[in-house]
Amino acid sequence: MNFTIQLRKKRVNRSFAGSFMLFAFLAVAGAFMALPLVYAINAAFKPLDEIFLFPPTLFVRNPTMSNFVDLIALLGNSWVPFSRYIFNTVFITGMGVAGHVILASAAAYPLAKFNFPGKTLLFTTVVLSLMFTPQVTAIPNYMIMSWIGFIDTYWAVIVPAFAFPLGLYLMKQFMEQIPDALIEAAKIDGASEYRIFWQIIMPNVKPAWMTLIILLFQLLWGTDGNGFIYSEQLKTLHYASSQIIQGGIARAGVGAAVALILMSVPITLFVFSQSRIIETMATSGLKD
Amino acid sequence: MSDVTLQEPYPDVPTGRPSIRPESWWSVKRQAIKAHKHAYILMAPYMLLFGMFTVLPVIMSIVISFTYFNMLEFPKFIGWQNYSKLFLEDDIFLIAVKNTLLFAAITGPLSYLACFIFAWIINDLRPKLRAFMTLVFYAPSISGNVYFIWLMIFSGDRYGIANGLLINWGIILEPIQWLKTEAYILAIIILVQLWLSLGTGFLAFIAGLQTVNKTLYEAGAVDGVKNRWQELWFITLPSMKPQLMFGAVIQLTSSFAVADVSIYLAGFPSVNYAAETIVTHLMDFGTIRFEMGFASAIATVLFMLMVGTNLIVQRLLRRVGE
Repeated sequence: MNFTIQLRKKRVNRSFAGSFMLFAFLAVAGAFMALPLVYAINAAFKPLDEIFLFPPTLFVRNPTMSNFVDLIALLGNSWVPFSRYIFNTVFITGMGVAGHVILASAAAYPLAKFNFPGKTLLFTTVVLSLMFTPQVTAIPNYMIMSWIGFIDTYWAVIVPAFAFPLGLYLMKQFMEQIPDALIEAAKIDGASEYRIFWQIIMPNVKPAWMTLIILLFQLLWGTDGNGFIYSEQLKTLHYASSQIIQGGIARAGVGAAVALILMSVPITLFVFSQSRIIETMATSGLKD
Repeated sequence: MSDVTLQEPYPDVPTGRPSIRPESWWSVKRQAIKAHKHAYILMAPYMLLFGMFTVLPVIMSIVISFTYFNMLEFPKFIGWQNYSKLFLEDDIFLIAVKNTLLFAAITGPLSYLACFIFAWIINDLRPKLRAFMTLVFYAPSISGNVYFIWLMIFSGDRYGIANGLLINWGIILEPIQWLKTEAYILAIIILVQLWLSLGTGFLAFIAGLQTVNKTLYEAGAVDGVKNRWQELWFITLPSMKPQLMFGAVIQLTSSFAVADVSIYLAGFPSVNYAAETIVTHLMDFGTIRFEMGFASAIATVLFMLMVGTNLIVQRLLRRVGE
């Protein structure tokens, strides 16, 4: 009895048949989304003969770590030590994410909270830049990179990432909901604008940090150098792994192992920050 | 917000000494700029980089598109020649435009709908399950370049998963060369693109649905909203308009930029240019043939196409529910 009342209280306007239909649809679609990833995860633990079994199997039967062992052996033989690729990706991702969070927040604060000349123009430009992809600007970007001497350095990937427009946009929208009274109070206490930004605003937008971090993280973690990096010792983990994955049938298991390691990092990051990201996204709407 | 016109344009500007003659527009502006010096200083680093790596390149791209430029000699102004060559002489560009529009017309609206519908169904789940399903749908778009999995699925021999299963079930006898057959390439790329497309827009919808005021639903039930479809149409959608517009920008823009998946699955160039898109065409001229003027013309067309479509869709969406 109690149970039915609870059910009825939970939500109005929900028919059982409709819910059943929609959840069945969700389950099928969810399977379509998840199966390739499940297959990829299982493939990393399959011995080679099982990867090429006919008919193909989804789940691993005799799980083995041999793919990871082979991976380590393979890495030991590479011309550039594999730790170098890891360092490159971690360095690019770390620098890029940190710089982006700080610069984008600094720019978002005035856009969200002050009414200064040029504000509309600047914000409209940022919104417009959400409407095209980086491929549009690839050629002039290469020229600019070579003028300022960034070609074949980490900075060619890191510095443009600082000015990633989606991050500024989301941060600005999130900051708008911070009450003005908080800023006023700090002003009355004599804090400078920079101190207000650093000590009042920044701690209050932590959920938005997480969002900017994960968005930029996935972008930089998967970078192959964007065509700017040529030296083998500067190349990224993603580049190295795609070399392994393209190694053909003999490397299929090792390729799956590398892919599993690569994808587990952003997914783990998302699992732990999901609620904060959703909180930020609630303010993401484009207004008229 | 109707009293907004009564306010001074820049309310926190110190007024200073009252002057006798009315201040000119420019001196008011200058004062406002001075009063907000800190705002400009805070924005300067970001805006400098944004200008350098986003705004300037767009302008350069448009300018270069009117020149002959091969990276060695100084660019030579040639007017509209690149564009006339692009549209009148370059057959492959027309294939690329057709494919890009096809991709965009299918994956754009479909992925947008998918983002919304799945977010909407997930929103009815209990919190734990909701978080899990969000992860399931969002994971492909953040797991980097795992679309190599699809290469294993659609591999042309009988060890490919699709072929293996179909042969095993007796539907086909011989393995199909999925990625070497023109008829299948486009469909497969669209499928993979959809699989990858539940990203930022999807999260924005999940979040938007959670912020819809719950009392609206109760009030709606009292006012005669009978089922979930009416609730969706009359309450949920109008309440989420800002997120719907943001999601549209995100999904549309990426639907025009299909390239990585195409190159990875179908090769570059693909069989008979079946998977050539504007972006792969741009890469062909920009990174292989070094015809920078011509490549910039392609980039400019792509830019106009993306921004133009977005602006039109924004205008349409703004009207929804009015």
